[in-house]
Amino acid sequence: MTTTSAPTQMGDGRDSRVVLPTRHPGRWVAVVVIAALAVFAVFQVFGNERFHWDVVREYLFAEPILQGVLRTLMLTVAAMVIGISLGIVIAVLRLSPNRFLSTAAWLYSWFFRGTPLLVQLLFWYFLSALYPTIGAGALSWDTNSLISPLTAALLGLGLNEAAYMSEIVRSGILSVPKGQAEAAQAIGMNRGQVMRRVVLPQAMRVIIPPTGNETIGMLKHTALVLVIGYTELMTSASLIYSRNYQTIPLLIVAALWYLFITAILSVGQYYIERHFGRGFSNSRVRRQRKPDATTEAEVAEGDPAQGATA
Amino acid sequence: MTTPMFQAIDVHKSFDHHEVLKGIDMTVARGEVVCLLGPSGSGKSTFLRCINHLEKFDRGEMWVAGDRVGYRPHGDALRELSEREIAGRRADIGMVFQQFNLFAHRTALENVMEGPVIVRGEKRGDVAKRAKDLLGQVGLGDRGDSYPSQLSGGQQQRVAIARALAMQPKLMLFDEPTSALDPELVGDVLDVMKGLARDGMTMIVVTHELGFAREVADRVYFMSDGVVVESGPPEQVLGAPREERTKSFLSKVLA
Repeated sequence: MTTTSAPTQMGDGRDSRVVLPTRHPGRWVAVVVIAALAVFAVFQVFGNERFHWDVVREYLFAEPILQGVLRTLMLTVAAMVIGISLGIVIAVLRLSPNRFLSTAAWLYSWFFRGTPLLVQLLFWYFLSALYPTIGAGALSWDTNSLISPLTAALLGLGLNEAAYMSEIVRSGILSVPKGQAEAAQAIGMNRGQVMRRVVLPQAMRVIIPPTGNETIGMLKHTALVLVIGYTELMTSASLIYSRNYQTIPLLIVAALWYLFITAILSVGQYYIERHFGRGFSNSRVRRQRKPDATTEAEVAEGDPAQGATA
Repeated sequence: MTTPMFQAIDVHKSFDHHEVLKGIDMTVARGEVVCLLGPSGSGKSTFLRCINHLEKFDRGEMWVAGDRVGYRPHGDALRELSEREIAGRRADIGMVFQQFNLFAHRTALENVMEGPVIVRGEKRGDVAKRAKDLLGQVGLGDRGDSYPSQLSGGQQQRVAIARALAMQPKLMLFDEPTSALDPELVGDVLDVMKGLARDGMTMIVVTHELGFAREVADRVYFMSDGVVVESGPPEQVLGAPREERTKSFLSKVLA
């Protein structure tokens, strides 16, 4: 009952009391503890010469590492392009009224989400053991020449990603109110137009944030292609440390590049989200528009009947 | 005798085992305004949605401007039209929804332009001019750049009407166009609809606005439990109803 004292009688009293924010001593304790831990960690990491920061500096911009970064980026982009396009197709199939199609799509997700990515990569890479040639008759190719480390990596990463993306796209499509598709149908759009022009653009608002997650995840999953010998960032780093035994400094080099690319991707995600968020109640836009909205509305609504007959 | 703009013969529809339309007949002449009245659950919205095939019906026949809607005879049965044919029919039928359903990611002007540009493949420049005129016609000439979320319900519904008109429809369907609006915004939307009626647009309107029906409708249909209980000029059906069900509905609504 200490906080609820009776209102004090004061003559005018209105300007004599200042509002003070509630105190949060717990927060300050947490700030001090975390700051102390952070300082401690920085000293531990940068004060420990066994990290070999000189080696990190030496290799950070080394030619093979930079090439690895480029290939990692290429692999990430290509695998995501495959994953997103195929994911959209599978999501649409999954939502098909046809039972067979939706079950087929479900089976796809089940299979590719249900087996380890590492296993899938190895499987694609060793496909020639199962099928020495692909195709039939004159149109047949030697599997070993088709399945390079790159194609195996793209197949493994892309097809796996499509399974996850299809669920993300599906949730996005389901998040768009049914009336939107009905309105689009009502003006005569066919199914493809309804999807492309009305449903997917709005579904993007829901699809983008988890897709950002997936892209950042993919960036690091590309490191798995180490096992099939495609030389992206991680493989490049491992090739170097297997020669000079500076394992930890080179892992740090790789980690720094992954962190850097992740930061760039996050900035990209922010802009993409903003693009697809247009038209959806954005509190800042609303607050700006409200005042003139009423005045404009008054003018516009002056005599709509007259306007309608004009 | 000229072909009626809309005709329905013995239309039946069931959801699961519940029959919501039990044989509806209706004829609407060119330029006529018809209001469908009745308690909720009477099937009037479902019937309206059957007209542009947003809802399939199980039995019966429908024509809009002489074209079959939804199905064509196939031996003794009816075969559903192809997706392209259905889309083609819909392009000639304007529909206005209770919840407006404006495309949330497009501005008012883009909403109005979407149909002519995407469905009819008209040039953007030509359509933009017409779309601006239509927005002016519904009293929103200066709100073309606003997104639906920045417009009031009444303004959204007027944009939705403009969007339907942009396709130069032969027939306009209104599914409780004012039911989701704040009372003070209802008048603006009804005024736009009255203007359309005066300009000779053929309209089928599902509504609870008896005043509008009395003033604008050429004929009203009173529906209950999936059947047309009575129909005729508004002064007759609303002023001197013959059927008990109509009387009890009107007494509840007017109470």
